[in-house]
Amino acid sequence: METTTITNNFKSEEYFINMGPQHPATHGVLRLLLTIDGEIIKKVEPDLGYIHRSIEKMCERDSYQQIVHLTDRMDYLSSHINNEAVCLAVENALEIDIPERVKVIRTIIGELTRIASHTLWWGVMGMDVGALTTYFLGFRDRELINDIFEETCGARLTMNYNIPGGLMYDIHPNFIKRVKDFIAHFKTKLPEYDKLLTGNVIFQKRMKGVGILTKEDAISFGASGPVGRGSGYSCDVRKHHAYSALDKVNFKEALRTEGDSLARYEVRVQEMWESMSIIEQLIDNIPEGDYKVATNAVIKLPKGEFYQKVEAARGELGVYIVSTGTKNPYRLKFRSPGFSNLSLLNHIAVGGKIGDLVASMATLDIVVPDIDR
Amino acid sequence: MSYFGNIAKGIKTLLTGMSVTGNYFLHSRKGAITQQYPDNRETLKMFDRFRGEVVMPHDENNEHTCTGCQKCEIACPNGSIEIIWDRQLDPETGKKKKMIDKHIYHLGMCTMCGLCIEACPTDAILWAQNFENSVYDRSYLTKVLNKPGSKVKAGIED
Repeated sequence: METTTITNNFKSEEYFINMGPQHPATHGVLRLLLTIDGEIIKKVEPDLGYIHRSIEKMCERDSYQQIVHLTDRMDYLSSHINNEAVCLAVENALEIDIPERVKVIRTIIGELTRIASHTLWWGVMGMDVGALTTYFLGFRDRELINDIFEETCGARLTMNYNIPGGLMYDIHPNFIKRVKDFIAHFKTKLPEYDKLLTGNVIFQKRMKGVGILTKEDAISFGASGPVGRGSGYSCDVRKHHAYSALDKVNFKEALRTEGDSLARYEVRVQEMWESMSIIEQLIDNIPEGDYKVATNAVIKLPKGEFYQKVEAARGELGVYIVSTGTKNPYRLKFRSPGFSNLSLLNHIAVGGKIGDLVASMATLDIVVPDIDR
Repeated sequence: MSYFGNIAKGIKTLLTGMSVTGNYFLHSRKGAITQQYPDNRETLKMFDRFRGEVVMPHDENNEHTCTGCQKCEIACPNGSIEIIWDRQLDPETGKKKKMIDKHIYHLGMCTMCGLCIEACPTDAILWAQNFENSVYDRSYLTKVLNKPGSKVKAGIED
């Protein structure tokens, strides 16, 4: 009887595969060009530009009041904070004093936006690593915040509530009661998040030690927000360069030193607790006063360059305005947190498996319109 | 930690999570926020400030308060509002006065930013809470806000 010998002389070959642009785990039209060897990732190359809308160029066409509504469409999950960044930049350039009431309301709504963004992230991140229930729980709690926004601002997602000089309308009479109800509700639900997912053995194995980013790399890649803080890089703009009413409140900056996906997860969950504490400190003593100060119908910024940074839900958002003294900016540049956070994806994913890439991408919390603009 | 100890600990964490989902399974209607949308059309009430579409209210004499000052057209970031106006003879004063012929609103282009309504000095345009805007052809989304034959209310000056 003839015997066949199986020789093990197959060479492992690298091959190329597309992840996206329509992949559900990339959360939008992000295309990743993967070079893989079996399951091991050799190279990740993000390909951007699928939803580029030239927002920065459109800003050069628009007046300063009109720019604000375009920033809603960048990072749509922290739209209020984006609006606030542009308004603060314009107000600082004009050197006008903003009433205390406006500052407090802006901070409260900004922190509500952060909670809404993090609950959505928690839901879809759980779904990325295989826990479907988190999606429903996250969206249920975000829905209540969206109702608050709808009643006060008029829209659920693209709110456009800020204008240079204050707010578009005063807060709705039900606002304070609704926010208090939500905080009381969410305080009972957030421990449930931990119970369901954080301690889960499958989740821990998916997250621990995956996508490690050291503090030095975080700084050199320009990481900000929860990604930087998960690596022990203290970069909270709210703490270091306080704006609006954030200098009046006490809160702890969430910091972890491990630098893996689990650390970034824990930072975001702790940030939800801190945001709730900020809202609780402010909601009972919103000062009386005007909700806006009158500005000229045509706002002309003085000649020069102006920069304002705020802490959006994903990290540091910078607005850089170059003005030549006319009613439009000569150049407007947004420093978006998503772009620099995406740039380190290749660094943390190489050497891991494809499943680990999904987990590290989920904890980077990428919003593609923010990257493409 | 022994091998079997690890397994027991893992199963315990799974059961902890299952207690949350099990609780929701047993109390499935508690705290539900689901809207039964197409079925609750009669009772559905949107919030007063909800931005559905821009409308121009008319009173019983078919009169509006738009003077044709074009401030909304200037405030609009993307040209969703077009005003066609003319100078017509005012029968009361005998002078020529700026009056709108057509206030054209492109709902399909509108980003619901609300700048036009903030800019209006006479509150001629307001937000309506209607949000069911799906049509079969996008030309239906271009609307003329002033009704045919309508005219500006007496005494409104910008």
